[in-house]
Amino acid sequence: MTGPLAHYLDGDRNGRLHLQHGPIDLVIGVDGAASVVAEEAMRRAAFNAAVARFQTVLDELVSELALLRAPVTPQSPSPRGAVARRMWAATLPLAETRFITPMAAVAGGVADEILAAMMRIFPAGARPYRAYVNNGGDIALHLEAGAEFRIAISREDGVSLGAFAVNAANPSRGIATSGRGGRSLSMGIADSVTVGARTAAAADAAATLIANAVDLPGHPAILRARAIDVIDNSDLGERLVVRGCGPLNAEEAQRALSAGAREAEKFLARGLIDRTALFLKDQGRLVDHFPISSISTARYVAAGTPLEHSQHA
Amino acid sequence: MVKQHVESAVNGKIRCDACPVMCYIAEGRSGACDRYANIAGDLIRVDPLTVIESRLSDGGKIVPFLPDTTTAEWDGDIVHANSSFITAIGAGTTYPDYKPAPFIVSQKQNGVDMVTVVTEGIFSYCGAKVKIDTDRFLGPESAAVRVDGEQIGHVTTGEYGSQMLSLGGVHHLTGGSKKEGRVTCEALLKLCNTNPVELSIDGGATLIVQAGRAPIINGAEEQRMRVGCGSATIGMFAKQWLGHVDEVVVVDDHITGVLSEHQAGKLLDIPPTGIKIKGRRSTPGRYFQVAEPGTGWGGTDVSDPLSIIADFDPKTAYPGLRMLMVSTTGEQYGYYILDENLQPILQTTLPAALQQSVEIVAENCEPAMSSVMFMGGAGGSLRAGVTTNPVRLTRAVKDALTYVSCGGAPAYVWPGGGITVMTDVTRMPSNAFGYVPTPALVAPIEFTMRLDDYRALGGHMEAVIPIAEALEQAERRVGAIAGSAWPTAERNFQWGA
Repeated sequence: MTGPLAHYLDGDRNGRLHLQHGPIDLVIGVDGAASVVAEEAMRRAAFNAAVARFQTVLDELVSELALLRAPVTPQSPSPRGAVARRMWAATLPLAETRFITPMAAVAGGVADEILAAMMRIFPAGARPYRAYVNNGGDIALHLEAGAEFRIAISREDGVSLGAFAVNAANPSRGIATSGRGGRSLSMGIADSVTVGARTAAAADAAATLIANAVDLPGHPAILRARAIDVIDNSDLGERLVVRGCGPLNAEEAQRALSAGAREAEKFLARGLIDRTALFLKDQGRLVDHFPISSISTARYVAAGTPLEHSQHA
Repeated sequence: MVKQHVESAVNGKIRCDACPVMCYIAEGRSGACDRYANIAGDLIRVDPLTVIESRLSDGGKIVPFLPDTTTAEWDGDIVHANSSFITAIGAGTTYPDYKPAPFIVSQKQNGVDMVTVVTEGIFSYCGAKVKIDTDRFLGPESAAVRVDGEQIGHVTTGEYGSQMLSLGGVHHLTGGSKKEGRVTCEALLKLCNTNPVELSIDGGATLIVQAGRAPIINGAEEQRMRVGCGSATIGMFAKQWLGHVDEVVVVDDHITGVLSEHQAGKLLDIPPTGIKIKGRRSTPGRYFQVAEPGTGWGGTDVSDPLSIIADFDPKTAYPGLRMLMVSTTGEQYGYYILDENLQPILQTTLPAALQQSVEIVAENCEPAMSSVMFMGGAGGSLRAGVTTNPVRLTRAVKDALTYVSCGGAPAYVWPGGGITVMTDVTRMPSNAFGYVPTPALVAPIEFTMRLDDYRALGGHMEAVIPIAEALEQAERRVGAIAGSAWPTAERNFQWGA
C-alpha cells in the first residue's frame, strides 16, 4: 500500500506543494509576507504543517467511510474525525430538502482541514498574505486584508469559461466546482457549476446539489445510468446519474440552467453560499446577491493570469 | 512502487490495496481514485499521477518534499546520485499492450541520459532450469519430475557433480490439464521466490529443492559437492600423500580410488600394498560399485569403510603399513595401521600432514546447492509496452544497445530470435515474482538504454519520468546486488565498450 506522497511542483521548495494519497490530490500554495526571507520561512513552516496533518487524513476518512457514504439526516450519528465533521457540517443544512451524503463535501472538507492546519501554526496578524489548498478544483483560501485571488474557470476540455476574483472583503473562503466529467458523478447535466461559499466544504456540497438540479427530467437526449453501475460502491446507490448529454437547443439549455439557478437562489437566500456560476453548452448564469441574470459566457473572459484553476471535481 | 498484487476478490470484484480506501473494483471499472482498474481480474494502474504528468509536459520540475525535522538524517543521495536503479518489481504490467510500461524512468549516468523501461512481464513462456549439486542418483534422464502427482518438468542432463532438471515451460503451464498448469505455476513461483518445493522423480528420488540451499534428497540433506570422483581425487592429491602414508583409499559411490594401484601412485613409485577392494575393478586403482548408494561415506551406504576391503594379501602387506581412508568430500576419514595379523587398526590421531590433506579435499568440495535459473521469453506484448515497434527492442538488445535485467539482476540473453532471458533467482530481491491465473509467472524485467536509443527504437517518450519521481513511488529499497553489473554501467553497452 502506498502512503501519502509529497512533492514540490516547481523545481524547489519555494514552489507549490503537491500532496497525494489514494484518491486525494492537493496542490498548495503559500505566499506574501513582509520580506522574501519571511515569506520563505512561512511557506516552509506552512508546508511542514500541511504534510504533518495530511499523513492521517485518508485513514481518518476511511475509518468512518460507511457513515460518510450514508445519507445525512438530522437523526444520524455525527462523525468523529475533523474532516468528517467539516463534511457533516456542510451537508447537514442541505439535507433538509435533498438527498445528500457527507461525501458530497469530502474534497472541500479535506482542503479546509489542511488550510486550517497550516494557518493554525501562525499567530493572528503574522500569517502569510495568501494561502490556498486546491483539492482537485475544490479550493480553500486564506486571505489577509488587501490580498486577492483570481480564479479561472475552465471547461473539462481546457476551454476557459472565465475568471473571477476573491478578495479579503469577499466572505468566500471556499470555491468548488461540480458538474459532469471529473471523478464524481452528477445527477444533472451542467457542464460546470462553480460556487463560492464560506468554506470549501460548503461550496463543494452546494455545487453538487446545484449541478444536480441543472436538469431536464425525461429529456431523450440525456443518457442516464444507475450510479452503482458506473462506480462500484457509489454512495448514490441506485439513483440515476447522467452519463451523456446530446444536443440541446438554446431554450432547453436555458430551462435546465434556470432549474439550477432556482436551487442556487434558495441556498443563497439561506446564506449557505455567496455566489455561483452555472454553465451548460454555450449558456451561462450567474447567481449572486443580485437578481438572476442571464449572461453570455463571453462576459466571463477576464484579463490577468489565472492563479488557480477550478475545474470539475 | 505500487503493488498490484490482488489479495482478495469478492463476487468477481478485486480488492485494491493501493491506498486505505481499499476499493472493491468490478471488472472493467476503476477505483475511487481513477488510478487503478480491474482489467480481466488484474489490478492495473491506468492513470499515473496526472498532476505530475502535466507539470512534466510543461517542462516543470518535481522535487520531493522533505520535512524539516528529518532533513538532517535523510540520505538525500538516494535520489540525487546515480545510485538508484528502479527495478520492475511491483511495477505492474501494461494492458492493453500499446500502453506504455508502468515506469519509464530516466536518469543520468556519466552525463548520458539513460532510460530504464520497467515492467512486470507476464510470462506464459517461462520455466526454471534447476541444477542440483549431488552425486546421488535422482532419476533416469527424461524421467518426469512431479509435484502433487502432476508433471511439471523432467530430468535432463547429468552435469559435473550435479544433475539438471528442466521445469515449467509452456507445455506444462498451458498445454496440459488445468491442474497441471496450476501446480506448475505454483511450483515455479515458489522456486523463483527462493522457497522450497518438494519434487518427486519417476523411478528416482524425492527431493526438496530451494534456490541457494543444499538439496534434501530422500530426506537427507546433501552437504558437499565432491571435488571429483575417488579416482580423480587420488590423481589430484597423490603428491601430497607421498611419504606420509603407504596407502590411500578414496571412497566414492561412483569410482573409488586406490593410491598404490592408481596410475598416479605408479608414477610416484608407490609400492603395492596387497590391498583388496570389494567391487568391480574398472582400470587399475579404480573401482565401481564398492557398495550401494546411500548417505554414508562418499555417497555410499558405507558407515565403516573397512567393509569395502577384503583381507590384505600377506605376500605383499606388512605390519605397520599406514593407510588413509577418506570420502570424496573429505567429510569422513580414518587413519589405520596394520597390526601383526595384517588387520587395519583405527588410530586415534592423524598425522598433521594427513590432516592437512584431508582438509584440502574437504575444502575443494564446495557446499552442495540447488541453483534455480528463471528462464522466460519477452513476448511481443511485453515489448510493445517498451516501444511502439516491438522488434526494434529485440534488435537493440542483440546489438547491445539495451541492457536487460530482471529485478536489477543481470539477465543472460539467449542468442537467436526473441528476447529469451535467464537469471539467477538468488540475485534478485526476495519475492520478486508473482503470478496470474492464466497461469503464468509475473516477473520483473527492465530494459536499460540511452535516451536517444530509446527514442530511435520508437520508445514511449511521453511516458519518461525522472528517476527521482519513480523513487517517490518506490515501496521498497534494496541494496545493490553484490557482484552484479550495475544496470546503467557503460560497459554493459556496445557504445561503452
